[in-house]
Amino acid sequence: MKQNSEITIGGLARFTVVVILLTALLLWGLVLNVNTGSVSIPAGDIFRMLWNAAVHGQIDGSTAGTILFRIRLPRVLLAAVLGGALSVSGFLLQTFFRNPIAGPFVLGISSGAKMVVGITVIFLAEHLRQAGSGVLISAAFLGSLLITGVVLLLAQRVKNMSMLLVIGIMVGYICSAVTDFCVTFADEQDIANLTGWSMGSFSGADWESVKAAVCLCVPCLIGAWLLSKPIGAYALGEGYARSLGIAIRPFRVLLILLSSLLSACVTALAGPISFVGIAVPHITRSVMKTARPALVIPATFLCGSVFCIFCDLIARTALAPTELAISTVTSAFGAPVVIYMMIKRRRQEE
Amino acid sequence: MGAFFETDHLAVGYHGQVLIHDICLSLEKGKILTLIGPNGAGKSTILKSITRQMAALRGTVTVGGQELSHWPAREMAKSVAVMLTDRVRPELMTCAEVVAAGRYPYTNRMGHLTPEDKRIVREAMERVHALELANREFSTLSDGQRQRILLARAICQEPEVIVLDEPTAYLDIRYKIELLDILRSMARQQGTTVILSLHEIDLAMKVSDFLLCVKGETIDAFGPPEQIVREHVIERLYDMEAGAYNLLFGSVELAKPKGTPEVFVVAGAGYGAPFFRQLQKRQIPFAAGILFENDVDTQIARGLSDHVITVPAFSEMTQEAYDAAASILRSCRQVIDAGAPAGSLNRRNAQLLILAKQQGIPVWKGETLP
Repeated sequence: MKQNSEITIGGLARFTVVVILLTALLLWGLVLNVNTGSVSIPAGDIFRMLWNAAVHGQIDGSTAGTILFRIRLPRVLLAAVLGGALSVSGFLLQTFFRNPIAGPFVLGISSGAKMVVGITVIFLAEHLRQAGSGVLISAAFLGSLLITGVVLLLAQRVKNMSMLLVIGIMVGYICSAVTDFCVTFADEQDIANLTGWSMGSFSGADWESVKAAVCLCVPCLIGAWLLSKPIGAYALGEGYARSLGIAIRPFRVLLILLSSLLSACVTALAGPISFVGIAVPHITRSVMKTARPALVIPATFLCGSVFCIFCDLIARTALAPTELAISTVTSAFGAPVVIYMMIKRRRQEE
Repeated sequence: MGAFFETDHLAVGYHGQVLIHDICLSLEKGKILTLIGPNGAGKSTILKSITRQMAALRGTVTVGGQELSHWPAREMAKSVAVMLTDRVRPELMTCAEVVAAGRYPYTNRMGHLTPEDKRIVREAMERVHALELANREFSTLSDGQRQRILLARAICQEPEVIVLDEPTAYLDIRYKIELLDILRSMARQQGTTVILSLHEIDLAMKVSDFLLCVKGETIDAFGPPEQIVREHVIERLYDMEAGAYNLLFGSVELAKPKGTPEVFVVAGAGYGAPFFRQLQKRQIPFAAGILFENDVDTQIARGLSDHVITVPAFSEMTQEAYDAAASILRSCRQVIDAGAPAGSLNRRNAQLLILAKQQGIPVWKGETLP
């Protein structure tokens, strides 16, 4: 009998398993994050207090309740949303450059955001003492877009992956140099603010920033997911994508805009966070064994959330009461993944 | 049937610089057009311009009576499919997924594949004999397998016009023939109009209904292969010597060894051909005779030597031919007896061998040269 090999397009079954696992990890991570710290809140109490808040609209007034609702819950939610957003931002950048090592940090985009935020904090601080996260988000967004534009211009001239990385790193150095230059004119307080910001941390999280993150990220994430179809076809290269009827230019503009918005939002609310954007999409793809964007995008978001809340837990608790910068932790776990990826690719090319 | 695919005074090029202008051609449905020409002549540029990968600088391209530049992208994708020379390296995409990308213009916003779409994907893969590769990861394939998958992708787009840029690159001879057979049957059975570029002019001759010879600023020639060959366009196109391209076989020979003949090959009935080729490889000029006009050896010898003594087919070898052969033979340092069977019509070849012995010229007989 002729072998009837069935054509299966998908990995939907695997996707379901991965999503269930990630969701379980996420919930566990949420509870663990809220539970752990200088004051330990038992899981039972957490659920009780959440239940009361959700059903009866009563916010627990106890110390535990205050810690839960004012500090830990917004922090872990912010870490979850921004971690996911950053990962998806990395995924979009990798699609755009058709290069798995591309990410907001590696391409100098985070440094660009820091530069503009630095300039804003140092030179305009007096005018916007009361200015909230809105101004910082705008500054970070402007910086991200600016440097993305510069990298894009330079990237047109190089086709080579390692050259692109070198350019990104150089652009990053230039931005850091400009930032350092500006710091010379700053007063102590601004320097402290900027340094604190540029270390990256979720420690300043409040409900205000969670709201801002959700309002900005959710539309971008939905937008990215709706682009799944062209993103998938774009993996075959520009020529084929065009021949399938994709309007390349608007598509690319949309990709870069969504990616910049997401990473700018993260950078503004939590400071630069390194390696999440590269490592997480890669981990997701290798676990899912597929590159189908309609599946990879939601899974990347979940995976990024899990990755970041656990990294934040480590940052918070490893050397308690001193907090580590979030990037210290994400780099420690993310950078080896990137190194492994580079080696593996090199082996494939040979 | 009227023309289905037409270009009217099309000018193509990069950055506003015209490379080739006034390209006018028309093709009926189900015909195969092959672009041939030397490297860098602009074959790819023309193919990119007629598929809107590049903007045409002047002139128009019309498919089915509609001007291409006015079509919405999605409609055009349903009608024109391409196979490019771009090296694609999608990670973690299975072959079935790569092929299914061809369904893009037909699927919904999220790219959902209906059972009908899956059937078409499957058929396209069967068509290129690659069904067993369906669940393999594309990036792990050999170059030849990739070409077949990319062809399946184009087929799955169900186009009326399929445009292929050097589809036979990276393929071994078996898959080259297979690929061209597939194109041929698409043209015949589905009435797909096929436009491709090829480096192998021998294959181009055999598969195409029309050839477009690309060289210089305008089109060098456009017409059926028979006409192109008759007018010695091929030799001109590639700056080859006359005779290097064999009209009858559609094959190409390497350059003739130059100079006065050093070796005389007494040949016939195809026995001489292997010796002609060996002598060519060693760059030894040779003469061959006496051959009938209809002999296979005659065709090949003419591509490799200027000194071929022939007589008309089906008639006895004449004294004049013998004298001509003998005079060349006397000045040679070596004679090869190719071992053609002797009969009444070619008696004079046996005489040539005797003459060689009398003259003290060594006669070699064997399968390969020492």
